[in-house]
Amino acid sequence: MSREFWKAFARNRGAIIGLIILAGVVFLALFADLLYPTSPWDMVTRPFAPPLSAGTLMGSDTLGRDIASGIAHGARVSLLIGLTSTAAALLIGVTLGALAGFYGGRVDDAIMRFTELFQTIPNFVLAVMLVAIFTPSITSVTASIAIVSWPPLARLARGEFLSLRSREFVQAAITTGQSTPSIILREILPNSMSPIIVAASLTVATAILLESALSFLGLGDPNMMSWGYMIGASRTVMRQAWWMSFFPGVAILITVLAINLVGEGLNDALNPKLARKGKG
Amino acid sequence: MGKIVSFLGRRVVKSLFILLAIVLINFALIRAAPGDPALVIAGQSGASDPQYIEQLREKFHLDEPLPQQLWTYVTDVATGDLGYSYRQQRPVWDLIAERLPATLLLTGIAYVFSLGMGLLLGTLAAVKVGRWSDTAITTIALLAYATPLYWIGLMMILLFSVQLGWLPAFGYQSVGAGLTGLDHFVDVAAHLVMPVLTLGLFYMAVYARLTRSSILEVRDMDFVKTARAKGLPERRVVVRHVLRNAVLPVITFAGIQAGYLIGGSILVETVFAWPGVGRLAFDALLQRDYQVLLGIFVVTSIMVLVFNIITDLVYTLIDPRIEVS
Repeated sequence: MSREFWKAFARNRGAIIGLIILAGVVFLALFADLLYPTSPWDMVTRPFAPPLSAGTLMGSDTLGRDIASGIAHGARVSLLIGLTSTAAALLIGVTLGALAGFYGGRVDDAIMRFTELFQTIPNFVLAVMLVAIFTPSITSVTASIAIVSWPPLARLARGEFLSLRSREFVQAAITTGQSTPSIILREILPNSMSPIIVAASLTVATAILLESALSFLGLGDPNMMSWGYMIGASRTVMRQAWWMSFFPGVAILITVLAINLVGEGLNDALNPKLARKGKG
Repeated sequence: MGKIVSFLGRRVVKSLFILLAIVLINFALIRAAPGDPALVIAGQSGASDPQYIEQLREKFHLDEPLPQQLWTYVTDVATGDLGYSYRQQRPVWDLIAERLPATLLLTGIAYVFSLGMGLLLGTLAAVKVGRWSDTAITTIALLAYATPLYWIGLMMILLFSVQLGWLPAFGYQSVGAGLTGLDHFVDVAAHLVMPVLTLGLFYMAVYARLTRSSILEVRDMDFVKTARAKGLPERRVVVRHVLRNAVLPVITFAGIQAGYLIGGSILVETVFAWPGVGRLAFDALLQRDYQVLLGIFVVTSIMVLVFNIITDLVYTLIDPRIEVS
């Protein structure tokens, strides 16, 4: 990354704070096994222990499992699903958007109709149904989040390709007889990367929220501890034990907030003109 | 009038195509599900009465060729037959129909609340570009973007019901109170406050932000300067000229958000035990009652399509430049 990029990024104080928080979450996810070697599903202390008691930082849940351990291990699922489902959504969205924008005409019409269909469908309902029917697992959760997240990325990529396609450097590449895949991948794609990167960072944030909502409803991978599951499992005892649903919620809030802040910083650094206009 | 009718006609035809696609997705999902479709329809897995499964297979024409099955399914949905819930021993449409009013009430009020408050706050922030209100709205929007919907609901219950005891935490009305008239209205309203806030807060923040930037863009345009030069009072300039134009992108966006609002109602109704379609979806989920889930998918999609048509109509009514085209 260039120095100008970092300078522009660092000018946004929120983005720096976001980056630091995000680094903390990544650290937690990477070293969860070292910090809390016992499985987060194991009973380690008495049930219903309030925070800072019975040898726990954030208390224990209804089955005596350590909340702090659950949060550390849950960071993995959130980040993993957030990143992989965004990668999959990018693959679907950018491919379709690129084809629509590059070829135009009927291809464009057909692809945009398809995109519109997916934007009209109530996407959370679709995600819930997909996971329920294909039984909850990390693969089905990731796939359904990707399936409901790609349409905005496709629209964005289409717009970029549409406007770049008529630019001189692309026309030159066409005239010199470069193959279509090479024009799409080597000429247009690199030039449309900035807005796509910014949009992808926001997609990671919404993917994490979606995953937490699914596991809140009991649709998470049954073998992996996740923040949404912790909230869903303890909401019936909220009156007696606020900490069980409070801390995982804060973890989600902080992580998603950090990603959004980093996204805004990326936006400032990558699309300087747009950023200034947006602030108006 | 004629123009509006033909516009509506075209929108309805387009919506019907989208609906057909959704029905196709439903059909494909049941067949794509792992395991025997008869078992999936029965909403159970593992061992069950073979005779019963045979009955189901016959009833749902599962022994017929796929195109035939598809045709049966499409005509069934077209005639309002969304299947039968073997768990509840009732037709799916009946189950949804009795829950629909509660959901329409919740999502409708949340929609109006978020749009109304969003426009108001956004306008205030733009008219008095004081740093204080600007910062407040941006911060609220940023926080609202990042907070899980269901968690806001839970924390509100913790604060307003458990700690302060101001608002009822669960349900649609006080059980067994037998209230009528105004008392009943107040009772339901009190039960609505937290679900509506939970569902609407996020979009309120989004609309406020959008309104603010939209107004800042519009207010320096020539027609606004002209209006001012004509000597119109400031209030009139803001409402009739600036706001009327600035509101258009917000409404377009609000139309797109209808689907998210209805999806969010699954979470909100689950948290607040609101007796609507979303709560039904959660119960169906726990019991793996797929017929009900698929029915809800069709009905909520229709809700989104209707929301979208209404939004388009509102847009054309407000838009000062073009008539329905």
